[in-house]
Amino acid sequence: MALQTQPGTRPGRGTAPGTAVVPRARTNTFSALLHRHPRLRLAGLLTAPAGWLVLVYVAALAALLITALWTVDTFTGKVTQSWTLANVVQVVTDPVYQIITLRTLWIALAVTVIDMVIALPISFFIAKVATERWQKLLVVAVLMPLWASYLVKAYAWRNVLAEGGLLEWLGTPLGLHSPGYSETAVILTLSYIWLPYMILPIHAGFERVPDSLLEASGDLGAKPWTTMRLVMLPILVPSIIAGTIFTFSLSLGDYITAQIVGGTTQMLGTVVYANVGAANNLPFASAVSLIPIAIVMIYLFVVRRTGALENL
Amino acid sequence: MRLSRSAKSVLGVLTALVLLFIYGPLLLVVVNSFNADRTFGWPPKGFTLEWWGRAFESEGVRQALMASLGVAVVSTAVSLVLGTLLSLALQRYKFFGRDVVNLLVILPIALPGIVTGIALNNMFTTILGVSLSMWTVIIAHATFCMVTVFNNVIARLRRMNGGLEEASFDLGAGVFTTFRLVTFPQLRSALLAGGLLAFALSFDEIIVTTFTIGAGETTLPIWILQNLFRPNQAPVVNVVAVVLILVSIVPIWLAQRLSADSVGVGAGRDGAGRAAKATAG
Repeated sequence: MALQTQPGTRPGRGTAPGTAVVPRARTNTFSALLHRHPRLRLAGLLTAPAGWLVLVYVAALAALLITALWTVDTFTGKVTQSWTLANVVQVVTDPVYQIITLRTLWIALAVTVIDMVIALPISFFIAKVATERWQKLLVVAVLMPLWASYLVKAYAWRNVLAEGGLLEWLGTPLGLHSPGYSETAVILTLSYIWLPYMILPIHAGFERVPDSLLEASGDLGAKPWTTMRLVMLPILVPSIIAGTIFTFSLSLGDYITAQIVGGTTQMLGTVVYANVGAANNLPFASAVSLIPIAIVMIYLFVVRRTGALENL
Repeated sequence: MRLSRSAKSVLGVLTALVLLFIYGPLLLVVVNSFNADRTFGWPPKGFTLEWWGRAFESEGVRQALMASLGVAVVSTAVSLVLGTLLSLALQRYKFFGRDVVNLLVILPIALPGIVTGIALNNMFTTILGVSLSMWTVIIAHATFCMVTVFNNVIARLRRMNGGLEEASFDLGAGVFTTFRLVTFPQLRSALLAGGLLAFALSFDEIIVTTFTIGAGETTLPIWILQNLFRPNQAPVVNVVAVVLILVSIVPIWLAQRLSADSVGVGAGRDGAGRAAKATAG
Protein backbone atom coordinates (compact mmCIF):
# COMPACT_ATOMS: atom_id res chain seq x y z
CA MET A 1 0.00 0.00 0.00
CA ALA A 2 1.48 3.28 -1.07
CA LEU A 3 -0.56 5.69 1.01
CA GLN A 4 2.39 7.50 2.43
CA THR A 5 4.93 7.16 -0.36
CA GLN A 6 3.74 9.76 -2.83
CA PRO A 7 4.56 13.21 -1.55
CA GLY A 8 2.93 14.79 -4.57
CA THR A 9 -0.52 13.68 -3.46
CA ARG A 10 -0.30 15.20 -0.01
CA PRO A 11 -2.63 18.13 0.47
CA GLY A 12 -1.12 21.25 1.96
CA ARG A 13 2.06 21.06 -0.15
CA GLY A 14 2.64 23.63 -2.84
CA THR A 15 3.19 20.94 -5.46
CA ALA A 16 -0.29 19.45 -5.05
CA PRO A 17 -2.52 20.41 -7.93
CA GLY A 18 -5.69 20.48 -5.83
CA THR A 19 -5.00 23.68 -3.93
CA ALA A 20 -8.70 23.99 -3.13
CA VAL A 21 -8.39 21.26 -0.49
CA VAL A 22 -5.77 23.09 1.55
CA PRO A 23 -8.13 25.15 3.72
CA ARG A 24 -10.10 22.04 4.57
CA ALA A 25 -6.99 20.23 5.76
CA ARG A 26 -6.17 23.21 7.95
CA THR A 27 -9.52 23.10 9.69
CA ASN A 28 -8.47 19.84 11.32
CA THR A 29 -4.82 20.32 12.16
CA PHE A 30 -4.50 17.07 14.10
CA SER A 31 -5.74 15.07 11.14
CA ALA A 32 -3.37 16.99 8.87
CA LEU A 33 -0.48 16.33 11.24
CA LEU A 34 -1.24 12.63 11.20
CA HIS A 35 -1.48 12.71 7.45
CA ARG A 36 1.93 14.28 7.06
CA HIS A 37 3.65 11.89 9.45
CA PRO A 38 3.14 8.20 8.73
CA ARG A 39 5.30 7.30 11.76
CA LEU A 40 2.91 9.21 14.00
CA ARG A 41 -0.04 7.35 12.47
CA LEU A 42 1.74 4.06 13.07
CA ALA A 43 2.43 5.01 16.68
CA GLY A 44 -1.23 5.89 17.15
CA LEU A 45 -2.34 2.55 15.75
CA LEU A 46 0.26 0.41 17.48
CA THR A 47 0.50 1.87 21.00
CA ALA A 48 -2.73 0.54 22.47
CA PRO A 49 -2.76 -3.06 21.13
CA ALA A 50 1.00 -3.67 21.38
CA GLY A 51 1.02 -2.04 24.81
CA TRP A 52 -1.81 -4.32 25.90
CA LEU A 53 -0.06 -7.44 24.62
CA VAL A 54 3.23 -6.49 26.24
CA LEU A 55 1.83 -5.24 29.55
CA VAL A 56 -0.77 -7.94 30.01
CA TYR A 57 0.66 -10.95 28.27
CA VAL A 58 4.43 -10.70 27.90
CA ALA A 59 4.75 -9.24 31.38
CA ALA A 60 2.63 -12.08 32.74
CA LEU A 61 4.78 -14.71 31.01
CA ALA A 62 7.95 -13.07 32.30
CA ALA A 63 6.51 -12.87 35.79
CA LEU A 64 5.64 -16.57 35.58
CA LEU A 65 9.27 -17.37 34.85
CA ILE A 66 10.41 -15.32 37.83
CA THR A 67 7.79 -16.70 40.20
CA ALA A 68 9.02 -20.21 39.43
CA LEU A 69 12.25 -19.14 41.18
CA TRP A 70 10.48 -17.98 44.35
CA THR A 71 9.09 -19.99 47.25
CA VAL A 72 6.02 -20.20 49.39
CA ASP A 73 6.35 -19.47 53.10
CA THR A 74 5.06 -22.69 54.62
CA PHE A 75 3.88 -20.80 57.70
CA THR A 76 1.87 -17.93 56.15
CA GLY A 77 1.11 -19.58 52.80
CA LYS A 78 2.23 -16.38 51.03
CA VAL A 79 4.72 -16.22 48.17
CA THR A 80 8.09 -14.92 49.39
CA GLN A 81 10.71 -13.52 47.08
CA SER A 82 13.63 -15.66 48.14
CA TRP A 83 15.42 -16.98 45.09
CA THR A 84 15.79 -20.70 44.64
CA LEU A 85 16.07 -23.25 41.87
CA ALA A 86 14.47 -25.93 44.06
CA ASN A 87 11.09 -25.88 42.26
CA VAL A 88 12.59 -26.20 38.82
CA VAL A 89 15.03 -28.88 39.95
CA GLN A 90 12.26 -30.88 41.59
CA VAL A 91 10.04 -30.70 38.50
CA VAL A 92 12.86 -31.91 36.26
CA THR A 93 14.35 -34.61 38.49
CA ASP A 94 11.47 -36.02 40.54
CA PRO A 95 10.38 -39.31 38.86
CA VAL A 96 6.71 -38.53 39.64
CA TYR A 97 6.82 -35.45 37.44
CA GLN A 98 8.97 -37.15 34.82
CA ILE A 99 6.30 -39.82 34.44
CA ILE A 100 3.52 -37.22 34.25
CA THR A 101 5.49 -35.25 31.64
CA LEU A 102 6.04 -38.38 29.54
CA ARG A 103 2.37 -39.36 29.86
CA THR A 104 1.26 -35.88 28.81
CA LEU A 105 3.65 -35.97 25.84
CA TRP A 106 2.34 -39.40 24.87
CA ILE A 107 -1.27 -38.24 25.04
CA ALA A 108 -0.52 -35.10 22.98
CA LEU A 109 1.38 -37.17 20.42
CA ALA A 110 -1.35 -39.82 20.14
CA VAL A 111 -4.02 -37.15 19.74
CA THR A 112 -1.97 -35.43 17.03
CA VAL A 113 -1.42 -38.65 15.05
CA ILE A 114 -5.07 -39.72 15.33
CA ASP A 115 -6.29 -36.32 14.17
CA MET A 116 -3.82 -36.29 11.29
CA VAL A 117 -4.95 -39.74 10.11
CA ILE A 118 -8.61 -38.69 10.24
CA ALA A 119 -8.14 -35.18 8.81
CA LEU A 120 -6.10 -36.09 5.70
CA PRO A 121 -8.66 -38.25 3.84
CA ILE A 122 -11.60 -36.08 4.93
CA SER A 123 -9.99 -32.83 3.82
CA PHE A 124 -8.94 -34.49 0.57
CA PHE A 125 -12.50 -35.63 -0.09
CA ILE A 126 -13.97 -32.22 0.70
CA ALA A 127 -11.44 -30.21 -1.31
CA LYS A 128 -10.84 -32.44 -4.33
CA VAL A 129 -13.55 -35.09 -4.73
CA ALA A 130 -16.87 -33.61 -3.59
CA THR A 131 -18.92 -31.51 -6.01
CA GLU A 132 -18.86 -27.77 -5.47
CA ARG A 133 -22.25 -27.63 -3.79
CA TRP A 134 -21.29 -30.38 -1.34
CA GLN A 135 -17.92 -28.74 -0.70
CA LYS A 136 -19.49 -25.65 0.84
CA LEU A 137 -21.93 -27.68 2.92
CA LEU A 138 -19.24 -30.04 4.18
CA VAL A 139 -16.85 -27.25 5.13
CA VAL A 140 -19.54 -25.59 7.22
CA ALA A 141 -20.60 -28.95 8.70
CA VAL A 142 -17.05 -29.78 9.75
CA LEU A 143 -16.18 -26.33 11.05
CA MET A 144 -19.32 -25.43 13.00
CA PRO A 145 -18.54 -27.64 16.00
CA LEU A 146 -15.01 -26.18 16.05
CA TRP A 147 -16.40 -23.32 18.05
CA ALA A 148 -18.81 -25.31 20.20
CA SER A 149 -17.70 -25.14 23.78
CA TYR A 150 -14.62 -27.16 24.65
CA LEU A 151 -16.24 -27.95 27.97
CA VAL A 152 -19.45 -29.16 26.39
CA LYS A 153 -17.52 -31.44 24.05
CA ALA A 154 -15.62 -33.03 26.94
CA TYR A 155 -18.91 -33.27 28.78
CA ALA A 156 -20.57 -34.90 25.75
CA TRP A 157 -17.97 -37.66 25.91
CA ARG A 158 -18.74 -38.14 29.59
CA ASN A 159 -22.24 -38.92 28.33
CA VAL A 160 -20.98 -41.24 25.59
CA LEU A 161 -18.57 -43.12 27.86
CA ALA A 162 -20.92 -43.36 30.86
CA GLU A 163 -21.61 -46.73 32.41
CA GLY A 164 -24.57 -48.19 30.51
CA GLY A 165 -24.18 -45.30 28.04
CA LEU A 166 -24.15 -45.10 24.26
CA LEU A 167 -20.69 -46.55 23.61
CA GLU A 168 -21.29 -49.58 25.78
CA TRP A 169 -24.63 -50.14 24.06
CA LEU A 170 -22.96 -49.88 20.63
CA GLY A 171 -19.97 -52.02 21.56
CA THR A 172 -21.67 -54.92 23.34
CA PRO A 173 -23.05 -56.64 20.19
CA LEU A 174 -19.54 -56.41 18.66
CA GLY A 175 -17.90 -57.74 21.81
CA LEU A 176 -16.11 -54.44 22.48
CA HIS A 177 -15.79 -52.78 25.86
CA SER A 178 -16.14 -49.08 26.51
CA PRO A 179 -12.83 -47.70 27.85
CA GLY A 180 -14.77 -46.08 30.69
CA TYR A 181 -13.19 -43.00 32.30
CA SER A 182 -9.47 -43.60 31.66
CA GLU A 183 -6.34 -42.47 29.81
CA THR A 184 -7.75 -43.97 26.59
CA ALA A 185 -10.89 -41.91 27.15
CA VAL A 186 -8.72 -38.77 27.47
CA ILE A 187 -6.97 -39.51 24.15
CA LEU A 188 -10.30 -40.23 22.44
CA THR A 189 -11.96 -37.11 23.79
CA LEU A 190 -9.03 -34.80 23.05
CA SER A 191 -8.83 -36.18 19.49
CA TYR A 192 -12.51 -35.37 19.16
CA ILE A 193 -12.15 -31.87 20.57
CA TRP A 194 -9.13 -30.79 18.48
CA LEU A 195 -10.06 -32.56 15.22
CA PRO A 196 -11.52 -29.45 13.49
CA TYR A 197 -8.31 -27.55 14.33
CA MET A 198 -6.44 -30.14 12.23
CA ILE A 199 -8.99 -30.27 9.41
CA LEU A 200 -9.09 -26.49 8.97
CA PRO A 201 -5.45 -25.87 7.89
CA ILE A 202 -5.17 -29.17 5.98
CA HIS A 203 -8.33 -28.41 4.02
CA ALA A 204 -6.94 -24.95 3.21
CA GLY A 205 -3.73 -26.70 2.09
CA PHE A 206 -5.58 -29.05 -0.30
CA GLU A 207 -7.45 -26.06 -1.72
CA ARG A 208 -4.11 -24.52 -2.67
CA VAL A 209 -3.00 -27.60 -4.67
CA PRO A 210 -3.87 -26.73 -8.31
CA ASP A 211 -5.99 -29.35 -10.08
CA SER A 212 -3.84 -28.95 -13.19
CA LEU A 213 -0.85 -30.25 -11.26
CA LEU A 214 -2.76 -33.41 -10.30
CA GLU A 215 -3.96 -33.87 -13.87
CA ALA A 216 -0.43 -33.43 -15.21
CA SER A 217 0.84 -36.01 -12.79
CA GLY A 218 -1.91 -38.43 -13.86
CA ASP A 219 -1.25 -37.78 -17.55
CA LEU A 220 2.41 -38.55 -17.03
CA GLY A 221 1.38 -41.97 -15.77
CA ALA A 222 1.48 -41.59 -11.99
CA LYS A 223 -0.97 -43.70 -10.04
CA PRO A 224 -3.21 -41.76 -7.59
CA TRP A 225 -1.11 -42.96 -4.65
CA THR A 226 2.12 -41.75 -6.28
CA THR A 227 0.54 -38.37 -7.07
CA MET A 228 -0.53 -38.01 -3.47
CA ARG A 229 2.91 -38.88 -2.15
CA LEU A 230 5.07 -36.94 -4.60
CA VAL A 231 2.88 -34.00 -5.65
CA MET A 232 0.37 -33.27 -2.92
CA LEU A 233 2.24 -34.17 0.23
CA PRO A 234 5.17 -31.74 -0.25
CA ILE A 235 2.70 -28.87 -0.81
CA LEU A 236 0.70 -29.93 2.24
CA VAL A 237 3.54 -30.22 4.76
CA PRO A 238 3.23 -26.63 6.14
CA SER A 239 -0.54 -27.06 6.55
CA ILE A 240 -0.14 -30.38 8.33
CA ILE A 241 2.43 -28.89 10.68
CA ALA A 242 0.15 -25.91 11.34
CA GLY A 243 -2.54 -28.40 12.36
CA THR A 244 -0.17 -30.30 14.64
CA ILE A 245 0.78 -27.07 16.42
CA PHE A 246 -2.83 -26.77 17.54
CA THR A 247 -3.54 -30.39 18.45
CA PHE A 248 -0.18 -30.90 20.14
CA SER A 249 0.02 -27.68 22.09
CA LEU A 250 -3.63 -27.64 23.09
CA SER A 251 -3.44 -31.23 24.34
CA LEU A 252 -0.25 -30.52 26.29
CA GLY A 253 -1.96 -28.02 28.56
CA ASP A 254 -5.19 -29.87 29.13
CA TYR A 255 -6.55 -30.70 32.54
CA ILE A 256 -10.32 -30.29 32.18
CA THR A 257 -10.75 -33.27 29.87
CA ALA A 258 -8.56 -35.32 32.20
CA GLN A 259 -10.80 -34.23 35.06
CA ILE A 260 -14.05 -35.04 33.24
CA VAL A 261 -13.31 -38.31 31.44
CA GLY A 262 -9.84 -39.26 32.72
CA GLY A 263 -10.76 -40.98 35.96
CA THR A 264 -7.50 -40.83 37.90
CA THR A 265 -5.33 -39.85 34.90
CA GLN A 266 -2.86 -37.08 35.81
CA MET A 267 -1.50 -34.69 33.23
CA LEU A 268 0.83 -31.67 33.60
CA GLY A 269 -2.24 -29.43 33.66
CA THR A 270 -3.71 -31.41 36.55
CA VAL A 271 -0.56 -30.77 38.59
CA VAL A 272 -0.56 -27.04 37.76
CA TYR A 273 -4.24 -26.74 38.65
CA ALA A 274 -3.83 -28.61 41.93
CA ASN A 275 -0.91 -26.37 42.94
CA VAL A 276 -2.73 -23.13 42.13
CA GLY A 277 -5.87 -24.22 43.93
CA ALA A 278 -5.73 -26.76 46.73
CA ALA A 279 -1.98 -26.78 47.44
CA ASN A 280 -1.67 -22.99 47.07
CA ASN A 281 1.89 -23.22 45.78
CA LEU A 282 2.03 -20.80 42.87
CA PRO A 283 5.84 -20.95 42.46
CA PHE A 284 5.71 -24.72 42.04
CA ALA A 285 2.74 -24.47 39.65
CA SER A 286 4.75 -21.93 37.63
CA ALA A 287 7.73 -24.28 37.52
CA VAL A 288 5.52 -27.12 36.22
CA SER A 289 3.92 -24.88 33.59
CA LEU A 290 7.39 -24.08 32.23
CA ILE A 291 7.51 -27.62 30.80
CA PRO A 292 4.66 -27.17 28.28
CA ILE A 293 5.92 -23.66 27.49
CA ALA A 294 9.40 -25.00 26.75
CA ILE A 295 8.06 -27.88 24.66
CA VAL A 296 5.76 -25.62 22.58
CA MET A 297 8.52 -23.03 22.10
CA ILE A 298 10.97 -25.69 20.94
CA TYR A 299 8.34 -27.09 18.59
CA LEU A 300 7.52 -23.64 17.16
CA PHE A 301 11.24 -22.93 16.76
CA VAL A 302 11.84 -26.22 14.93
CA VAL A 303 8.95 -25.77 12.49
CA ARG A 304 9.26 -22.03 11.88
CA ARG A 305 11.26 -22.53 8.67
CA THR A 306 8.60 -24.78 7.10
CA GLY A 307 6.22 -21.85 6.70
CA ALA A 308 3.71 -23.48 9.05
CA LEU A 309 3.29 -20.37 11.17
CA GLU A 310 1.81 -18.48 8.21
CA ASN A 311 -0.80 -21.25 7.90
CA LEU A 312 -2.15 -20.93 11.42
CA MET B 1 -5.01 -38.04 -11.19
CA ARG B 2 -8.14 -40.14 -11.66
CA LEU B 3 -9.62 -41.88 -8.66
CA SER B 4 -11.61 -45.02 -9.20
CA ARG B 5 -15.32 -44.97 -8.34
CA SER B 6 -14.77 -47.27 -5.41
CA ALA B 7 -12.00 -45.07 -3.99
CA LYS B 8 -14.33 -42.09 -4.20
CA SER B 9 -17.13 -43.90 -2.41
CA VAL B 10 -14.77 -45.15 0.29
CA LEU B 11 -13.71 -41.54 0.91
CA GLY B 12 -17.36 -40.44 0.92
CA VAL B 13 -18.29 -43.09 3.48
CA LEU B 14 -15.29 -42.10 5.63
CA THR B 15 -16.39 -38.46 5.55
CA ALA B 16 -19.92 -39.44 6.56
CA LEU B 17 -18.52 -41.50 9.44
CA VAL B 18 -16.38 -38.59 10.64
CA LEU B 19 -19.38 -36.28 10.54
CA LEU B 20 -21.25 -38.85 12.62
CA PHE B 21 -18.28 -38.90 15.01
CA ILE B 22 -18.34 -35.09 15.17
CA TYR B 23 -22.06 -34.62 15.69
CA GLY B 24 -23.01 -37.82 17.52
CA PRO B 25 -21.76 -36.84 20.99
CA LEU B 26 -23.24 -33.33 20.71
CA LEU B 27 -26.61 -34.76 19.66
CA LEU B 28 -26.41 -37.18 22.57
CA VAL B 29 -26.23 -34.24 24.99
CA VAL B 30 -29.32 -32.74 23.34
CA VAL B 31 -31.19 -36.07 23.57
CA ASN B 32 -30.11 -36.61 27.17
CA SER B 33 -31.46 -33.20 28.17
CA PHE B 34 -34.90 -34.74 27.48
CA ASN B 35 -33.99 -38.16 28.91
CA ALA B 36 -36.06 -39.21 31.93
CA ASP B 37 -33.12 -41.36 33.13
CA ARG B 38 -30.70 -39.47 35.39
CA THR B 39 -27.60 -41.55 34.61
CA PHE B 40 -27.08 -41.00 30.85
CA GLY B 41 -28.20 -44.61 30.20
CA TRP B 42 -28.79 -45.63 26.61
CA PRO B 43 -31.32 -46.09 25.09
CA PRO B 44 -33.31 -43.28 26.80
CA LYS B 45 -36.01 -44.48 29.18
CA GLY B 46 -38.55 -41.79 28.46
CA PHE B 47 -39.17 -38.21 27.40
CA THR B 48 -39.36 -35.40 29.94
CA LEU B 49 -39.26 -31.60 29.98
CA GLU B 50 -38.56 -31.54 33.72
CA TRP B 51 -34.84 -30.69 33.37
CA TRP B 52 -35.52 -27.76 31.05
CA GLY B 53 -38.09 -26.43 33.52
CA ARG B 54 -35.66 -26.81 36.42
CA ALA B 55 -32.89 -25.06 34.49
CA PHE B 56 -35.14 -22.09 33.67
CA GLU B 57 -36.14 -21.75 37.31
CA SER B 58 -32.59 -22.04 38.64
CA GLU B 59 -31.30 -18.75 40.02
CA GLY B 60 -27.68 -19.95 39.76
CA VAL B 61 -28.03 -20.72 36.06
CA ARG B 62 -29.61 -17.35 35.34
CA GLN B 63 -26.87 -15.44 37.17
CA ALA B 64 -24.15 -17.43 35.45
CA LEU B 65 -25.76 -16.79 32.06
CA MET B 66 -25.89 -13.04 32.71
CA ALA B 67 -22.26 -13.01 33.87
CA SER B 68 -21.15 -14.93 30.75
CA LEU B 69 -23.03 -12.56 28.44
CA GLY B 70 -21.55 -9.51 30.21
CA VAL B 71 -17.99 -10.80 30.04
CA ALA B 72 -18.39 -11.79 26.38
CA VAL B 73 -19.85 -8.42 25.34
CA VAL B 74 -17.19 -6.30 27.08
CA SER B 75 -14.21 -8.41 26.02
CA THR B 76 -15.53 -8.50 22.43
CA ALA B 77 -15.78 -4.70 22.42
CA VAL B 78 -12.22 -4.31 23.74
CA SER B 79 -10.83 -6.88 21.32
CA LEU B 80 -12.61 -5.23 18.36
CA VAL B 81 -10.84 -1.93 19.02
CA LEU B 82 -7.42 -3.44 19.75
CA GLY B 83 -7.60 -6.04 16.96
CA THR B 84 -8.54 -3.45 14.34
CA LEU B 85 -5.78 -1.04 15.37
CA LEU B 86 -3.23 -3.83 15.35
CA SER B 87 -4.24 -5.19 11.94
CA LEU B 88 -4.09 -1.70 10.41
CA ALA B 89 -0.62 -1.18 11.87
CA LEU B 90 0.73 -4.55 10.70
CA GLN B 91 -0.84 -4.52 7.25
CA ARG B 92 -0.12 -0.90 6.29
CA TYR B 93 3.33 -0.29 7.73
CA LYS B 94 6.71 -1.91 7.74
CA PHE B 95 8.62 -1.31 10.94
CA PHE B 96 11.30 -2.76 13.14
CA GLY B 97 9.90 -5.57 15.29
CA ARG B 98 6.90 -6.20 13.03
CA ASP B 99 7.50 -9.96 13.00
CA VAL B 100 7.76 -9.99 16.79
CA VAL B 101 4.39 -8.27 17.15
CA ASN B 102 2.96 -10.70 14.60
CA LEU B 103 4.12 -13.63 16.73
CA LEU B 104 2.89 -11.93 19.91
CA VAL B 105 -0.70 -11.85 18.66
CA ILE B 106 -0.88 -15.57 18.01
CA LEU B 107 0.94 -16.49 21.23
CA PRO B 108 -2.20 -16.37 23.44
CA ILE B 109 -3.83 -19.02 21.23
CA ALA B 110 -0.67 -20.99 20.37
CA LEU B 111 0.29 -21.53 24.02
CA PRO B 112 -1.91 -23.92 26.02
CA GLY B 113 -4.79 -22.17 27.81
CA ILE B 114 -3.46 -23.26 31.17
CA VAL B 115 -0.24 -21.29 30.58
CA THR B 116 -2.18 -18.11 29.78
CA GLY B 117 -4.41 -18.82 32.76
CA ILE B 118 -1.69 -19.35 35.34
CA ALA B 119 0.47 -16.51 33.95
CA LEU B 120 -2.38 -14.03 34.34
CA ASN B 121 -3.44 -15.47 37.71
CA ASN B 122 0.11 -15.10 38.95
CA MET B 123 0.42 -11.56 37.65
CA PHE B 124 -2.87 -10.40 39.15
CA THR B 125 -2.53 -12.06 42.56
CA THR B 126 1.23 -12.28 43.26
CA ILE B 127 2.77 -9.43 41.31
CA LEU B 128 0.07 -6.74 41.22
CA GLY B 129 -1.87 -7.79 44.30
CA VAL B 130 -5.22 -7.25 42.53
CA SER B 131 -8.09 -9.40 43.77
CA LEU B 132 -9.66 -11.56 41.06
CA SER B 133 -13.05 -10.47 39.71
CA MET B 134 -15.09 -10.36 36.53
CA TRP B 135 -12.76 -7.58 35.35
CA THR B 136 -9.70 -9.81 35.47
CA VAL B 137 -11.67 -12.35 33.42
CA ILE B 138 -12.48 -9.66 30.86
CA ILE B 139 -8.83 -8.59 30.58
CA ALA B 140 -7.81 -12.22 30.05
CA HIS B 141 -10.55 -12.87 27.47
CA ALA B 142 -9.84 -9.68 25.51
CA THR B 143 -6.20 -10.78 25.21
CA PHE B 144 -7.00 -13.94 23.27
CA CYS B 145 -10.18 -12.64 21.55
CA MET B 146 -8.03 -9.99 19.89
CA VAL B 147 -6.61 -12.70 17.61
CA THR B 148 -9.91 -13.57 15.93
CA VAL B 149 -10.67 -9.91 15.18
CA PHE B 150 -7.09 -9.37 14.02
CA ASN B 151 -7.22 -12.37 11.65
CA ASN B 152 -10.52 -11.35 10.08
CA VAL B 153 -9.62 -7.69 9.63
CA ILE B 154 -6.13 -8.28 8.28
CA ALA B 155 -7.48 -10.79 5.75
CA ARG B 156 -9.92 -8.13 4.55
CA LEU B 157 -7.25 -5.40 4.45
CA ARG B 158 -5.06 -7.58 2.25
CA ARG B 159 -7.86 -7.85 -0.31
CA MET B 160 -8.92 -4.23 -0.10
CA ASN B 161 -8.28 -1.73 -2.84
CA GLY B 162 -5.88 0.85 -1.37
CA GLY B 163 -6.54 3.18 -4.30
CA LEU B 164 -9.86 4.21 -2.78
CA GLU B 165 -8.16 5.55 0.33
CA GLU B 166 -5.61 7.40 -1.74
CA ALA B 167 -8.40 8.91 -3.78
CA SER B 168 -10.08 9.98 -0.58
CA PHE B 169 -6.90 11.70 0.63
CA ASP B 170 -6.43 13.33 -2.76
CA LEU B 171 -9.95 14.71 -2.55
CA GLY B 172 -9.03 16.35 0.72
CA ALA B 173 -10.52 14.02 3.30
CA GLY B 174 -8.50 13.81 6.51
CA VAL B 175 -7.21 10.66 8.16
CA PHE B 176 -10.28 10.23 10.35
CA THR B 177 -12.80 11.11 7.66
CA THR B 178 -11.19 8.61 5.31
CA PHE B 179 -11.35 5.91 7.95
CA ARG B 180 -14.98 6.66 8.74
CA LEU B 181 -16.25 6.92 5.16
CA VAL B 182 -13.88 4.74 3.13
CA THR B 183 -12.01 2.17 5.23
CA PHE B 184 -14.62 1.34 7.87
CA PRO B 185 -17.50 0.54 5.45
CA GLN B 186 -15.24 -1.96 3.70
CA LEU B 187 -14.23 -3.53 7.02
CA ARG B 188 -17.74 -3.73 8.45
CA SER B 189 -18.57 -7.37 7.68
CA ALA B 190 -15.07 -8.52 8.63
CA LEU B 191 -15.48 -6.74 11.97
CA LEU B 192 -18.88 -8.34 12.49
CA ALA B 193 -17.49 -11.80 11.70
CA GLY B 194 -14.46 -11.29 13.93
CA GLY B 195 -16.62 -9.88 16.69
CA LEU B 196 -19.05 -12.81 16.58
CA LEU B 197 -16.17 -15.29 16.76
CA ALA B 198 -14.66 -13.38 19.67
CA PHE B 199 -18.02 -13.40 21.43
CA ALA B 200 -18.42 -17.16 21.01
CA LEU B 201 -14.82 -17.76 22.08
CA SER B 202 -15.29 -15.74 25.27
CA PHE B 203 -18.78 -17.04 26.03
CA ASP B 204 -17.73 -20.64 26.50
CA GLU B 205 -14.10 -20.28 27.58
CA ILE B 206 -13.32 -22.33 30.68
CA ILE B 207 -9.59 -22.82 31.33
CA VAL B 208 -8.36 -19.21 31.45
CA THR B 209 -11.60 -18.26 33.22
CA THR B 210 -11.00 -20.78 36.01
CA PHE B 211 -7.68 -19.13 36.81
CA THR B 212 -8.80 -15.50 36.60
CA ILE B 213 -12.30 -15.49 38.12
CA GLY B 214 -13.00 -14.22 41.64
CA ALA B 215 -14.10 -16.58 44.40
CA GLY B 216 -17.86 -17.12 44.45
CA GLU B 217 -18.42 -15.76 40.95
CA THR B 218 -19.57 -18.01 38.10
CA THR B 219 -19.90 -17.92 34.35
CA LEU B 220 -21.96 -20.56 32.56
CA PRO B 221 -18.98 -22.88 31.86
CA ILE B 222 -17.82 -22.51 35.47
CA TRP B 223 -21.35 -23.40 36.63
CA ILE B 224 -21.26 -26.56 34.51
CA LEU B 225 -17.89 -27.57 35.92
CA GLN B 226 -19.08 -26.98 39.49
CA ASN B 227 -22.23 -29.05 39.03
CA LEU B 228 -20.82 -31.72 36.73
CA PHE B 229 -19.94 -34.18 39.44
CA ARG B 230 -23.13 -33.75 41.47
CA PRO B 231 -25.37 -36.66 40.41
CA ASN B 232 -28.44 -34.67 41.44
CA GLN B 233 -27.65 -31.83 39.05
CA ALA B 234 -26.44 -33.92 36.08
CA PRO B 235 -29.67 -33.64 34.01
CA VAL B 236 -29.77 -29.84 34.46
CA VAL B 237 -26.12 -29.69 33.36
CA ASN B 238 -27.26 -31.32 30.11
CA VAL B 239 -29.74 -28.51 29.54
CA VAL B 240 -27.14 -25.82 30.24
CA ALA B 241 -24.73 -27.60 27.89
CA VAL B 242 -27.34 -27.50 25.12
CA VAL B 243 -27.84 -23.76 25.75
CA LEU B 244 -24.07 -23.30 25.57
CA ILE B 245 -23.92 -25.17 22.24
CA LEU B 246 -26.70 -23.03 20.79
CA VAL B 247 -25.37 -19.68 22.02
CA SER B 248 -21.89 -20.39 20.66
CA ILE B 249 -22.90 -22.03 17.38
CA VAL B 250 -25.45 -19.46 16.20
CA PRO B 251 -22.95 -16.55 16.15
CA ILE B 252 -20.44 -18.80 14.37
CA TRP B 253 -22.98 -19.77 11.78
CA LEU B 254 -23.67 -16.08 11.17
CA ALA B 255 -19.95 -15.28 11.07
CA GLN B 256 -19.34 -18.07 8.54
CA ARG B 257 -22.08 -16.71 6.31
CA LEU B 258 -20.62 -13.22 6.57
CA SER B 259 -17.07 -14.24 5.78
CA ALA B 260 -18.17 -16.62 3.02
CA ASP B 261 -19.98 -13.63 1.61
CA SER B 262 -16.90 -11.50 1.59
CA VAL B 263 -14.58 -14.12 0.09
CA GLY B 264 -16.40 -13.96 -3.23
CA VAL B 265 -14.96 -11.39 -5.63
CA GLY B 266 -18.43 -10.05 -6.38
CA ALA B 267 -19.15 -9.28 -2.76
CA GLY B 268 -15.81 -7.56 -2.39
CA ARG B 269 -16.54 -5.36 -5.39
CA ASP B 270 -19.96 -4.61 -4.04
CA GLY B 271 -18.40 -3.53 -0.75
CA ALA B 272 -15.95 -1.30 -2.58
CA GLY B 273 -18.83 0.10 -4.61
CA ARG B 274 -20.75 0.96 -1.46
CA ALA B 275 -17.68 2.61 -0.01
CA ALA B 276 -17.22 4.66 -3.16
CA LYS B 277 -20.83 5.77 -2.92
CA ALA B 278 -20.36 6.69 0.72
CA THR B 279 -17.41 8.90 -0.17
CA ALA B 280 -19.24 10.50 -3.06
CA GLY B 281 -22.27 11.23 -0.91
